[in-house]
Amino acid sequence: MIRIKDLCKRLGNFRIKDINLEIFENEYFVILGPTGTGKTVLLELIAGLQKPDKGDIWFDGNRVTNLPPERRNIGMVYQDYMLFPHLNVRENILFGLKVRGRDKIARNESLAKIARLFGIEKLLERKVKALSGGEQQRVAIARALITSPGILLLDEPLSALDPGTKEKFLGDLKMIHSELGTTTLHVTHDFNDAFTLADRIAVISDGELVQIGSPEEIFQQPDSNFVAEFVGVRNILQGEIIEDGEDSIVRVGDSIKIAVVTTKKGKVNLAIRPEDIIISYEPFVSSARNSFQGKVVRIRDRLSLVEVIVDIGIKLTLYITRRSLEEMKLKLGERVYLTFKASAVHVY
Amino acid sequence: MLFFIAAPIIKLVTASSPSVIVDTVKEKEVYNSITLTFEASLVATLISLVLGIPLAYLLARVEFPGKSLIEGIIDLPVIIPHSAAGIALLTVFGHRFFLGKLFGYMGIRFVGEFSGIVIAMMFVSLSYLVNETKEGFRSIDVRLEKVARTLGASPSQSFWRIALPLNFHHIISGTLMMWARGISEFGAVVILAYHPMTAPILIYERFTSFGLKYSIPVAAVMVSISLIIFIVLRFLNKGFKYE
Repeated sequence: MIRIKDLCKRLGNFRIKDINLEIFENEYFVILGPTGTGKTVLLELIAGLQKPDKGDIWFDGNRVTNLPPERRNIGMVYQDYMLFPHLNVRENILFGLKVRGRDKIARNESLAKIARLFGIEKLLERKVKALSGGEQQRVAIARALITSPGILLLDEPLSALDPGTKEKFLGDLKMIHSELGTTTLHVTHDFNDAFTLADRIAVISDGELVQIGSPEEIFQQPDSNFVAEFVGVRNILQGEIIEDGEDSIVRVGDSIKIAVVTTKKGKVNLAIRPEDIIISYEPFVSSARNSFQGKVVRIRDRLSLVEVIVDIGIKLTLYITRRSLEEMKLKLGERVYLTFKASAVHVY
Repeated sequence: MLFFIAAPIIKLVTASSPSVIVDTVKEKEVYNSITLTFEASLVATLISLVLGIPLAYLLARVEFPGKSLIEGIIDLPVIIPHSAAGIALLTVFGHRFFLGKLFGYMGIRFVGEFSGIVIAMMFVSLSYLVNETKEGFRSIDVRLEKVARTLGASPSQSFWRIALPLNFHHIISGTLMMWARGISEFGAVVILAYHPMTAPILIYERFTSFGLKYSIPVAAVMVSISLIIFIVLRFLNKGFKYE
């Protein structure tokens, strides 16, 4: 278990501010935030590669704040692998055991086991220059895990991989984590990686943790505009509660009234996920309490989905599948109805 | 430009017939001065390697107050006239001066001695080794050493197992440059130790005492040996480069 208390670090203009965090045994914890928000610095502080200005870190109840990295029993993988270029794959993986002075028999046993787990038995004699991105990544993680670290630290380990390799590797990371159960701290800017892998997520902005929660909580109930925008909630609206109680109504702009479920009063922010909005040519009777007429103002092809923007007095973004687009024969300027449930509107 | 460099060297090396060159090498005075030159420069380089590599590593990796002052001091010998450097060394390592006296108690004297040649060569060429080695360390991604630390390596293990082997190419280059610079040194050496005579001083002496004709074969031998050694070593050093 990792416990971090009031951790601060100033580096030039940049600051890590009062980080308080607990990561549980065997947990896969992701720190999510845009580039340049201090994710790597935080990871290096935990690894002992940087000294904090203030605050403390405990591993399993032991204070490690002043321990050098080699005595923290950790494994770390950087974004661009950082394999030692003068050593081959075998020597890279064995590095940690060699510097610890393990004997040859124990080293070779561990090597065989980890190579099998990662499916890299055939790469062992290769030079690292001759490996593909995905292979390098496997070797880097194998190298970090062969010493059986208590904590695995991953710094954007997927961002240098092409989409296909990345997809496969996401699965592998999950498999490795469930197989070995190593407490893992993974920093990334990619929400999809975080959502796929994390037991819990902490969102970091400007050196500060702004929200900690399960992926679902972060995605469905972002508690600030920053988190909402960052995790890709597209429809962020400001409004005022005009009727409260069981049937709360929020007025957005002059005339739009949106039914929501909340106990809040006064001025609020609303977030509606694009996937939660249904588009149709005719209004229909349903349990959903919000239905608005509007005009299609934009249709944009995204990789797996089609993004449609409809103006109902305010612009709302929704996603439909390509098949739905073809079946509905949706065109720009057409009049449509948007329907969504009051409970799909996140109020914060 | 290339012609400007190559023409005088080619002319010099080919000016004497091979038999004259062989006879020159066989001359005891010439042979001794050439081996003395290579040896003294080698000793200067080896001492500098032991002291210069840690210094280069420190300058490449650690930020501390006064760092640019130290870097400036290391560059100084390159810009001052080498005869002035010789005189400067004499004021510190001469018999009557502080360091000279100190080493004198240990039985080490500098003026007119092999050790005088060594410190003169060291003074004027140390910058080449330190700067090349420092740039080499700087070009290594510091995260390679950080990863080594997280894998359990102590700072010294990460230096010996990662930084040093990865910088081997630059260290060899710096060593070669320093050695070469030491071999060719005249100004500082002539002031500290006219005798025993190194090859550049012998060439100068033959030129002033006997004229061009007698200095050319010695110069040709010196240049040829230097060229052969550097070509071979540079070629070997290519094998140590990691990209």
